[in-house]
Amino acid sequence: MAGPRHDAGAVASDKKAAFARLLRYFLLYKWRVLAAFVLMLASNLFALLGPWLSGAAIDAIDLETGVDFAAVGRYCLWMAIFYVASSALSYLLTVLMVRLSQKIVRAMRQDVFDKILSLPVGELDRVAAGDLINRISYDINTVNASLSNDILQAATGVITVVGAFIGMVLTSLPLLGVFVVTIPISVIITIKRSRTVRPLFRRRSAKLAELNGFSEEMLSGLNTIRAYGREEKICAKFDEKNTEAADAYYAADYYGSLIGPSVNFVNNLGTVLISTAGSFFYLYGMISIGNISSFLLYARRFSGPINEYANIMGEIQSALAAAERVFRLLDAPPEAPDSPDAEELTDVRGDVRFENVQFSYDGERTILSDLSFDARSGQTIAIVGPTGAGKTTLVNLLMRFYEPQGGRILLDGKDIRSYTRKSLRAAFTMVLQDTWLFEGTIFENIAYGKEGATREEAAWAAGEANVADLIEKLPQKYDTMVTDGGVNLSKGQKQLITIARAMLSPAKLLILDEATSNVDTRTELLIRGAMARLMEGRTCFVIAHRLTTVRNADLILVVRGGDIVESGRHEELLRRGGFYSEIYNAQFE
Amino acid sequence: MKKLIAYLSAFKRRMLGGFCLKVVGTVAELLLPIIMAHMLDDVAPARNVLALSLWGAGMLAVAAAAWAGNVIANRMASRVARDTTERIRSDLFAKTLSLSARQTDAETVPSLVSRLSTDTYNVHTMVGMMQRIGVRAPILLVGGVALTFTVDPMLALILLVTVPFLVLVSVFVAKKGIKLYTRLHASVDGMVRKVRDDYTGIRVIKALSKTEYESESFRKINDTIVRNETTANLTTSVSNPIMNAVLNLGMVAVIFFGAYRIAGGQAEPGALVAFTSFFTIILNAVISVGRVFVELSRGSASAKRIAEVLDMPQDLLPADCHADESGALIRFEGVTFSYGGTPALQGISFSIKRGESLGVIGATGSGKSTLVSLLLRFYDTTEGAVYVDGKNVKSYEKAELCQKFGIVFQNDFLMAASVRENIDFERGLSDEEVGRAAEYARAADFIREHEGYEAVLTARGGNYSGGQKQRLLIARALAAKPEILVLDDSSSALDYRTDASLRKTLLENLSETTVVMIAQRISSVRFADHILVLDGGRMVGFGTDGELMRTCETYRRIYRSQHGDEIIEKGGEPYGGAEA
Repeated sequence: MAGPRHDAGAVASDKKAAFARLLRYFLLYKWRVLAAFVLMLASNLFALLGPWLSGAAIDAIDLETGVDFAAVGRYCLWMAIFYVASSALSYLLTVLMVRLSQKIVRAMRQDVFDKILSLPVGELDRVAAGDLINRISYDINTVNASLSNDILQAATGVITVVGAFIGMVLTSLPLLGVFVVTIPISVIITIKRSRTVRPLFRRRSAKLAELNGFSEEMLSGLNTIRAYGREEKICAKFDEKNTEAADAYYAADYYGSLIGPSVNFVNNLGTVLISTAGSFFYLYGMISIGNISSFLLYARRFSGPINEYANIMGEIQSALAAAERVFRLLDAPPEAPDSPDAEELTDVRGDVRFENVQFSYDGERTILSDLSFDARSGQTIAIVGPTGAGKTTLVNLLMRFYEPQGGRILLDGKDIRSYTRKSLRAAFTMVLQDTWLFEGTIFENIAYGKEGATREEAAWAAGEANVADLIEKLPQKYDTMVTDGGVNLSKGQKQLITIARAMLSPAKLLILDEATSNVDTRTELLIRGAMARLMEGRTCFVIAHRLTTVRNADLILVVRGGDIVESGRHEELLRRGGFYSEIYNAQFE
Repeated sequence: MKKLIAYLSAFKRRMLGGFCLKVVGTVAELLLPIIMAHMLDDVAPARNVLALSLWGAGMLAVAAAAWAGNVIANRMASRVARDTTERIRSDLFAKTLSLSARQTDAETVPSLVSRLSTDTYNVHTMVGMMQRIGVRAPILLVGGVALTFTVDPMLALILLVTVPFLVLVSVFVAKKGIKLYTRLHASVDGMVRKVRDDYTGIRVIKALSKTEYESESFRKINDTIVRNETTANLTTSVSNPIMNAVLNLGMVAVIFFGAYRIAGGQAEPGALVAFTSFFTIILNAVISVGRVFVELSRGSASAKRIAEVLDMPQDLLPADCHADESGALIRFEGVTFSYGGTPALQGISFSIKRGESLGVIGATGSGKSTLVSLLLRFYDTTEGAVYVDGKNVKSYEKAELCQKFGIVFQNDFLMAASVRENIDFERGLSDEEVGRAAEYARAADFIREHEGYEAVLTARGGNYSGGQKQRLLIARALAAKPEILVLDDSSSALDYRTDASLRKTLLENLSETTVVMIAQRISSVRFADHILVLDGGRMVGFGTDGELMRTCETYRRIYRSQHGDEIIEKGGEPYGGAEA
């Protein structure tokens, strides 16, 4: 979340907006919310009746007039009923809230995921995977915890405080007068907690994160550290950070450890005051023992939520911050919609034409200043040059992952912007260098290339891609799972599977990255054969690494430093004696 | 756990002191309701105002003592927790760095990282909590129950009946909860994998118009998480209402039977009031005991994982071995090595002299990088021996062996630190040495353009291009003027010009240095005095470029595939930055 720092006011209003939006999610389920509210009210009121009933029962045990067993029994029965009912209702309430919050969270998670898929690729290139994962797991989790817990606790707290206060008023005003003394102490503890302790805890988390980041970084370079024998130095650095983290932890604990005993002290102080004053009042017949007992119980209930208040508010604050991060992602503009008169691209011939295309990723460094070329159906366009960045640009533009700033790209004679994105992209199939296989079976990975592909079709595609034999040798054949920890497919084999996937597609245009530098000679031959078969009858844009491809290409685009510096056929370019001939000759230096 | 206790025993005095204070503080709290009962039953009826005030003041003093005792004890506990964790973490990190490559392979780096972070954190929480709530909750529980006996044994028995039930519920729920949460974490991992998968494959997904399919398959994962989380939450939140209900029912029973005992003159009304206070204490104690159980089981699982690493034997200690009299700088003698299973290298024998260069070529998985690992003694050979400078690598002190080498690994590691720190790499080199190394590695120009040697790299050097990173790494390898320079596939991201000029510099300026160059491109190793050709872990050729072209079929095949009719091969790296 790199964005610029907001000033405090803006943050507050962001939080407010986040709160309003969360509330809207709640309102989707307004009947449940209402039911939850009623349950909460009932459960708390029942629980608050307890102390009053127990006081009444104790008062019915009066030594002077004898014990009124009937009354005691009646009160006890009511108490039992109310307590059990209160517990049952409170569990019911939890069930309701958990289900409610899960519904909301489920919707949010799906929204975030769909959003990720709908973002323009250019936007996605700019954010780190870790950031997205953080939002969909950690942030949503925080919101969830807050929804199912904190809000309930906060509301319960309010009811309990108000109810207990009323209980105290009704039980004994004089005792309340004495008890009131403890409230400022509770308030001071609360303020202290949010002003002093919370920042310390934040610092503690930050230091700990720093330490963990350091150890992760260093362990990722374990071999290098070993090779240079730098273990001791790195340990010394670690120890520094370790001490900082431990001290930050302690600092938070040092003040944090005041809280628990202080809360208990306030409770105990309440007990002391009530017992002492209660005894006096009792002495002068101003209060009954039962009332003292009731009051004591109300007093305990009263101070609990007040002391929890700071905690809950802290949690809710961080939940709102998390919700805000989630909403910010949800608000990011998706890919621009297709123009209203966009048409479906059908019966593709495969003629591509670039007309004076200008493009830059960041608006500063020009990638394409003025690119024009023609590719007829079935032709091969080779893209050649020392780096990857410029070469992927053409792919990005052709498939409208990015839009050019000037000029236009025509497919079958019409601007590609006049087609719907979906149908435009369906006209292409591609095999990229970073072979993308997802977690699933080999069949699923191949069948991904065509809607509703059958087993037979997948097997045919695997055959065409020279990978059928290999798959047949696997223990579960086409049902073998492709996972990080599962079958160890080599890079070359993965590439063959992506070729099979592409093979299934009927698309007329092909984008192909030839890079094969990392496979053994045998696999290389298999891949070469498979690629040749894939190219048949398609208009091909090949990020070329082989001279044969380049020599036979109908057009060569030479990329250098991200820019297309030359274009033409092989002989033509060689004659020109420019950058192309320089690279070409370098092979035989 | 044993290991943890050993660490803790260093602080046993402080812990004992804290323990005593904690007991005093906790017991003081327990005294309060007793005094209260006494006041109501004995002092108040005597109508003695002075005594009543004194008792009140006494209660206040006890409450204050409880506060002070608990605060001091908590702080002492925090200090013990801090110091223990700091030591454990420091030892664990040092131990992790000292593990042999084989040990690291077995544990895997992510697991070691999580031991250093999550597990030490869990232990920290546990050590702190056990000293605070772990002491307090049982005292409150036992003490609370015991004190009710002093007030009225019969009524206390009623209360006692509920306690085992409460403990049972909290333990059961905690246990069940741990299992359910483990399952939940597994399903969340699945979601994270999905997001990562789709993030990397977004172009393919969009090209194939598979967003709806992906959204649907995410829905399934999402539903699993929701199901697991709902079960986990509903299960764990069952305990509080049950415990509340049980305890409150216990209290109702106490009042009910109390009425009979009071009528019979065996008890007094004040006792009932005291009982209601004890109830609150006991209820809180029971809830705390439940939490302590969860914390304890999680913490001890973590302590075990930490101890596993700390207890690993020290591998690869120096051992006496035969020397090598051949005068070669590097010599492999009948080396066979396996990571477990099929050998990664088999029967490798060759030697090179000081100042000569060695090129190693072969496909991925042919054993090139393993060769380097053996040279640096990351692993011991299964058979045969590796000699460096006339000594078996096994007989070197680790530091002595390391000093001879400058090395760049495949996908090597740059720190989130300045350019200078990355080249120096904690070796205390002078600015001059760092500058010269950068010059030789053809890195000086872009470093100057990129805000100089103090410019800070982001994690893994993300703000530098692939080619620039490789040159920084080469500068690091050159900086301490090593006897042997090992470059493992480290020119793949360089464009051909930089690659060639780098090679020229190495040959001209570092003629003393023995260069070992590992590559997949023939053009990178052709210049070498000796070229070793590997195929499937076997040595299929050793000689100069000319010799190999005549005699080695594999070498010729690689050459053909890269030169003959093939490859304008300067591409290499997928998304590297611009080089030209």
